Amino acid sequence: MVRLIFVELQKTFLKKRTYLGFLIVLIIVPLIEVAMKLEGGRFVTNAFRSVARDFVLVGNLFNGWLVSYQIMNSLWVHIPLLVSFVAGDQLAGEATSGTYRLILTRPVSRTRIFLAKYFTVVLYTVVFVLFLAVLSIGLAVLLLGRGDLLLFSRGGQITILPEGEVFWRFALAYLFACCSMITVSSIAFFFSSFVENAIGPIVATMGVLITFMVLTALPVEVLESVRTHFFTYYLDIWQRPFEDPISWERIATALLYFAGYSIVAVAGAWAVFLRKDILS
Amino acid sequence: MSEHPILETRSLGKRYGSRWAVRDLNLLVYPGDVFGFLGPNGAGKSTTIRMALSLIRPTTGEVRLFGRSLRSDRSAALRSVGGIVERPDFYGYLSAVKNLEIVGALYGGVPARRIWEVLELVGLKERGNDRVKAYSHGMKQRLGIAQALLSDPELVVLDEPTSGLDPQGMKEIRELIIYLAREKKKTIILSSHLLNEIEMVATRMAIINKGELKVQGAVQDLLKSGEYRVLITGEPLAKIGSVLRRHRRLVRAMEPAETGMMVTMDREHVPTIAAALVRANVRLSGIIPRRSLEEYFLSITENATES
Repeated sequence: MVRLIFVELQKTFLKKRTYLGFLIVLIIVPLIEVAMKLEGGRFVTNAFRSVARDFVLVGNLFNGWLVSYQIMNSLWVHIPLLVSFVAGDQLAGEATSGTYRLILTRPVSRTRIFLAKYFTVVLYTVVFVLFLAVLSIGLAVLLLGRGDLLLFSRGGQITILPEGEVFWRFALAYLFACCSMITVSSIAFFFSSFVENAIGPIVATMGVLITFMVLTALPVEVLESVRTHFFTYYLDIWQRPFEDPISWERIATALLYFAGYSIVAVAGAWAVFLRKDILS
Repeated sequence: MSEHPILETRSLGKRYGSRWAVRDLNLLVYPGDVFGFLGPNGAGKSTTIRMALSLIRPTTGEVRLFGRSLRSDRSAALRSVGGIVERPDFYGYLSAVKNLEIVGALYGGVPARRIWEVLELVGLKERGNDRVKAYSHGMKQRLGIAQALLSDPELVVLDEPTSGLDPQGMKEIRELIIYLAREKKKTIILSSHLLNEIEMVATRMAIINKGELKVQGAVQDLLKSGEYRVLITGEPLAKIGSVLRRHRRLVRAMEPAETGMMVTMDREHVPTIAAALVRANVRLSGIIPRRSLEEYFLSITENATES
């Protein structure tokens, strides 16, 4: 199994297309952070203007942690698209290139090949989110230094997280982001098992994501009872570790939903893959 | 045949919707065979080969390789099988060596020495480190054969291995197939619609049409069966015609051909006709059998079409 996983990792990470998502992040994150540095913290001043009338704010509030938090806040809708590039290509790409014929005529069960491929998808997703984390936090701290993290929570509450707590909260945030992105990858992987070109799974995944997001956000009473069952309802789970106190119950619920959606998607993909006639 | 078959299909069938692509197919391939698998385009050859290599699930029946059922014992059944199915497709962004390493890993790993051996065998040793996307079709076809041989399988399944090759490339592949069969003692299933290719290399063959098996057996036996056609050449042609007409009991049909007279008769009457021609002072220059695989194939497939 280890050998199969190694083969799948080689196939994935030796392909240029795999690095498209990394390249986009590599361009966009420094761009945002440099722009914010040039801005000189004006947006922080604006954001905290009302607070500054009543409180004396000391220390470096416009710091790397805050900028990194802002980046996460603005990119979490776009990251699913980038992870589905590779997940959607994982099975469909073999059909497109005709290489199913090369690998599925060997004395290895389809289940083992399937598991190796899914493991690759999960690993890619984790590596990608970690890359975003390291680049975003590392560069932001390098450019803007560290300090306490001052956040506006929902309902206008202000949360001040002491510098000593910020790192592990970020670590948790990215861990939960990994979980949510693995769910997205699993859905893209599911669609990838059906079709013979990689664009289809990416479009289908984004279609599901957008549909669920719209249904989640629509202020319609009819949807009230079902919206909590959409995985998109929990996509902002990464923000929970920045609350004080942390709502572990909501996190546990979110993780259960992510696991449920992932298991159903992967089980569906497995069933399709096992029964698939290779005609390409 | 006392030996156990290496490949056996039992009532094998594949249905797409209401159409049967392959139906009730019973093939037997024995050790040492170069088994020609013939049929017109769309006859069901590739579907059969895909089922034999577990790319397609049969609707009915089963495939047995080395006595093992492909359905219940897939990995063991495929362990000594290598194959190329239709176009040779690879990971174009990787080198030939890396592609073969990937294939080798699916057999539990093969040593680098073996990879270079098979590349040398197919004449790609010098280009082994080049990316496959830079390969010509002929080179990919040869790499396809290299991957089929990588695990040193007992059974090699080659589906249209000379498709798209130039005459020189076709000759090289043919010679390689003969070398594999005679020197390396491989059992080979060769699917093709190029009849001369099969005639040159196959020892046994099967013909399918519209998904159904029409004939199966040793090539020589199949070609001997049925009517025998010969081209009788000599001078004067008119005298040949009159002698044949006098022996119309023995001659089933005759028609003038460009260089003589094409005659249909039973094989055992050939000496009688030859003697009669000599007695009639015909300057006989040849009695040439014209029972080719092409004619046989057409008689089988056309009869099937008419019926």
